Amino acid sequence: MANIIDDATIEYVGILAKLELTDEEKEQAKKDMGSMLDYIDKLGELDTTGVEPMSHVFPVQNVFREDVVTNGDAREQILANAPEEKDGMFVVPQTFPG
Amino acid sequence: MKIADYTAVELSEQIKQGRVTVKEALDAVFEQIDCTEEAIHCYVTIDRERAYRQAQEVQKKIDAGELTGPLAGVPFAIKDNLCTEGMLTTCSSKILENFVPTYSAEAVKRLEAAGAVVIGKTNMDEFAMGSTTETSYFGITRNPRNTEHVPGGSSGGSAAAVAAGECFAALGSDTGGSIRQPASYCGVVGMKPTYGTVSRYGLIAYGSSLDQIGPLTKDVRDCAAILEVIAGEDKKDSTSMKREDTNFTEALVDDVKGMRIGIPRDYFGEGLDPEVKQAVLAAAKVLEERGALVEEFDLSLVEYAIPTYYTIAAAEASSNLERFDGVKYGYRAPVDDLHPMYKKTRSEGFGAEVKRRIMLGSFVLSSGYYDAYYLKALRVKALIKKAFDEAFAKYDVILGPVAPTTAPRLGESLADPIKMYLGDIYTISVNLAGLPGISIPCGTDSKGLPIGLQLIGDCFREKNLIRAAFTAEKALQEERR
Repeated sequence: MANIIDDATIEYVGILAKLELTDEEKEQAKKDMGSMLDYIDKLGELDTTGVEPMSHVFPVQNVFREDVVTNGDAREQILANAPEEKDGMFVVPQTFPG
Repeated sequence: MKIADYTAVELSEQIKQGRVTVKEALDAVFEQIDCTEEAIHCYVTIDRERAYRQAQEVQKKIDAGELTGPLAGVPFAIKDNLCTEGMLTTCSSKILENFVPTYSAEAVKRLEAAGAVVIGKTNMDEFAMGSTTETSYFGITRNPRNTEHVPGGSSGGSAAAVAAGECFAALGSDTGGSIRQPASYCGVVGMKPTYGTVSRYGLIAYGSSLDQIGPLTKDVRDCAAILEVIAGEDKKDSTSMKREDTNFTEALVDDVKGMRIGIPRDYFGEGLDPEVKQAVLAAAKVLEERGALVEEFDLSLVEYAIPTYYTIAAAEASSNLERFDGVKYGYRAPVDDLHPMYKKTRSEGFGAEVKRRIMLGSFVLSSGYYDAYYLKALRVKALIKKAFDEAFAKYDVILGPVAPTTAPRLGESLADPIKMYLGDIYTISVNLAGLPGISIPCGTDSKGLPIGLQLIGDCFREKNLIRAAFTAEKALQEERR
């Protein structure tokens, strides 16, 4: 395997991805990511000098619309999905130490 | 003829002529569901009450002559990553196990406005990441043609529901083959339209630059009729395109005389099951006999499509799935501190395959690797698009297999992710290049499992596909007789 993913990289990716992995999951992730990257390295065989990266297949640029509200008020239904709500607001765990 | 045997368009015709009521159509579907759902498990959610309520409304409008289209009164299944107002929408994930959308996806709205009756939400690979419908949090779906095999994925529940008669037609989504491959495995018709043809508003995003909604149906006519209803520009999806040529049913013409069909040699090499190869080439022969000009050519770059796809799809997924954090909807882990709550929620809420792709995506987008992986993949995508442009300068339609094999046995695929990803080799580049593709049944292998024929068209040329698919379908039916 050409790509060796070390513990520090997996920790870093865990932070970026906001995922907490068990030790077992970390070991598996190291292996999986290494073999995926080996596979992706195949793209290196192609010379892409001077090729523009293509994010959209059609030449569509920014699409603008008037900044007008068109959707109705669905506050109650939206809050009904909240894991926790109070007085019409989403409740989250304490953010700053009190 | 039993109600269950009608296609969607036939059923609607019967209803409009007063020979079948919408309620009777629903009764027939639910009778079938009672018979086979326990064994196959196509659905995450079935809402009979809502369906019968909707049926009453639709019947009234049909009787009043307000609903005259080809889908009026037809019971539909919807993949569970398409939002349905007031009806559970889970993406087959624990993290959305209790999510009830406050609005419906544009494609669902258009179907309902045309008189379709939504009966439930179909099972899928979690967040559409998978090719077998085995990564669903709510359990696997089995292939109705042989329950020891997978139905394919990620729209496996939709394909299985159509194949089992547990609905008359279904919607799925296709990011790398997720409509065409399960359609192939289950022996039904499935189409991924040109990127931007169907609004993605209300589709829970996986890889936004690749995702496209499309129909899974009993035949090509149903497929064209549904696409005609759901296609069109939508201000709520800025990538949706304004198109004038969405009268797709006009392309249901049994004639391919003079149509130029290219067969990429690169699609028939190592890894392709001989029985699949034989059936697909036989279908090409049938089209040739009906006047198509068929020839082989070299498409090139085929082996680079999968690594390109997984880089781009994982990158987009890692960004799209950031919204699932336990704050506004879905599952929340019981933790008293904000950041650990986010982490725990996501770690417990997502399954292994989803986490694998989020991590890969986070990595290829991270500082220091962005150019080498993500930008590189976008450059190769441009090359792949160019290869197709060159092919479509010579051909109206590209013909090949949908997948290298017929449906694998349950449990065989997940053990080796890269091997599973390789199964997407013929479908994935279509998404990268934004092209339309259709899968139609073209035979069975010695185990009795369906084989799919894939037809690929140039952007905005669905009509070529529909014409070729319609002709092939008719011809293959004749041959079987």
